[in-house]
Amino acid sequence: MFAATPLNRRSDRNQSVAKAVFGLMTVVLVIPVLLIIGTLVVKGAPAISWEFLFTAPRNNMTAGGIFPALVGTIWLVVVALLASVPVGVAAALYLSEYAPDNLLTRAINLAIVNLAGVPSIVHALFGFGAFVLFFNMGQSILAASLTLAVMTLPVVIVATRESLQAVPHAFREACWNMGATRWQTIRKVVLPNSISGILTGVILEVSRTSGETAPIMFTGATAFLAFLPESVFDQTMAMSYHLYYIATQATADVPEELTYGVALVLIAIVLMMNAVSIAFRVYLRGLKKW
Amino acid sequence: MTPPDHTATAPTPTAMDPRRAMDRRDLAWYVDRAAQALVFVGGISAIIFILGIFVFVTKEGFDFVFGSLDVGEFFTSIAWRPTSNNPTYGALALMVGTASVTGFAMLFSVPLSLGAALYIAEFATGKTREALKILVEMLAAIPSVVWGFVGMSIMNPLIIETFDVPLGLGVLNAGLILGLMAAPIMTTIAEDALKAVPDTYREAAEALGATRWEVIRKVVIPASRNGLLAAVLLGVGRGFGETMAVLMASGHAINIPTSPFDSVRALTATIASELGDTVTGGNHWGALFTLGILLFVVTFVINLTADIVVRGIRKK
Repeated sequence: MFAATPLNRRSDRNQSVAKAVFGLMTVVLVIPVLLIIGTLVVKGAPAISWEFLFTAPRNNMTAGGIFPALVGTIWLVVVALLASVPVGVAAALYLSEYAPDNLLTRAINLAIVNLAGVPSIVHALFGFGAFVLFFNMGQSILAASLTLAVMTLPVVIVATRESLQAVPHAFREACWNMGATRWQTIRKVVLPNSISGILTGVILEVSRTSGETAPIMFTGATAFLAFLPESVFDQTMAMSYHLYYIATQATADVPEELTYGVALVLIAIVLMMNAVSIAFRVYLRGLKKW
Repeated sequence: MTPPDHTATAPTPTAMDPRRAMDRRDLAWYVDRAAQALVFVGGISAIIFILGIFVFVTKEGFDFVFGSLDVGEFFTSIAWRPTSNNPTYGALALMVGTASVTGFAMLFSVPLSLGAALYIAEFATGKTREALKILVEMLAAIPSVVWGFVGMSIMNPLIIETFDVPLGLGVLNAGLILGLMAAPIMTTIAEDALKAVPDTYREAAEALGATRWEVIRKVVIPASRNGLLAAVLLGVGRGFGETMAVLMASGHAINIPTSPFDSVRALTATIASELGDTVTGGNHWGALFTLGILLFVVTFVINLTADIVVRGIRKK
């Protein structure tokens, strides 16, 4: 056999060093996540109670709970999903099933990347200029949700397109050969085979939408509301904006425990949705028959 | 293979023409056409929205830009005093604030993210790899307002204690947070770029006796250079546009920083903190939308460049 030359040994050593260094870099990057979550749990957990979750803030937000903010976030997310999922799925269907490889398709892809890359505060300016003022929705759940919908549209499009493209082309060909139209093929073959992947993307969007603050600050979120919103034309409290408000703007001293509690609930919502999405994806990969 | 086109009618079909059987303009055909039209509208929605953002932000800033804006002052003065009796709109300090925070963030985040991408794509296997990818995804999932809160309530006292400075909100704090926030997008895109290098390249190098590290250094990295560059660009764009975390962790003081502990104010944060107090249509309002135009144009250019850089490899 070959004996290891000094050169081989040096290469091997370099290899181990490189592996260790890059491994360390990865660890440095991911450790803060664990530290942050750990700190939030330790400091925020004492604040969590039924009363905290299901009552409104009291005494200038220095006591009481977060119920109106929780309900408000649910409103915002649901309305945003109603707007963005149909449009996002249609966009993904176009890109995956219809789009020829031309300039328009490239422009669409560039627009999607840009939509995801435009700063959230610019989305807020757009939402204010377009929905609140131009379309005269006022500061409302509708205006805030539509702003969120535009902002998170790329999440749905990208996830849906990926799961559509994961359906083997042969499935479509088999269907076309039976004389089915494109749309029949999409409805009966492509969508049923990719619906779970699309759902994964939608859950991910819920996670993104519920944490956003900047886009809703001027379009519909309000610092305090004693009652719950009754329609999409009402303003609302929201978890993310509530955290911003009590951490920076509140006039009275908010107990530290309360602020950590809000942060913990917010991050729990976001990460749980994310975890469901990841678990769903892993589960689906196991189910795949092709 | 392309799907059948049911409109394939004969030029002048006669009763006996067998091609007439191909003309199937039944209900399914009309539904198909309607669906195609609807899906097309969805398809171009992204373009409509991006144009809409540009139009609406520009529309609100238009009067200010062509009315009261002193372009020289805007780019060279640090006096951002929109609410004084004699308002001045010098955005230089805000630009420097954004640049210093983003720059500081990239200083540590670029090497770490690319290193992590290399480790995940080339060294890690099986469960470790899955776990690391999930952790990176979690890093991406933490909302920016929570990052801002972490900056204020965890990092701030930590910096004060460690470096014995009076205030922990500044370039260092916001930069560290921004770096962590921008890391996932860089890691993910860089990892995709590394994975896009064909295995045959690696196998060819390994057949010549190269170790894995030599393969990475001499083959994989050069072959994926454009993708890595695009990853860094998108990370910069992410940091540049971040709003809530920077607003909460940077100290939000108009200032040209001379040390990492100085407080600064970012372009994005200025809009977020001031828009609520302005008169709709007023000069201050217009000035904030002008900052919005600037942010939009810069991120657009960054994304466009990243796109062109990535297309560069595909052509080759």
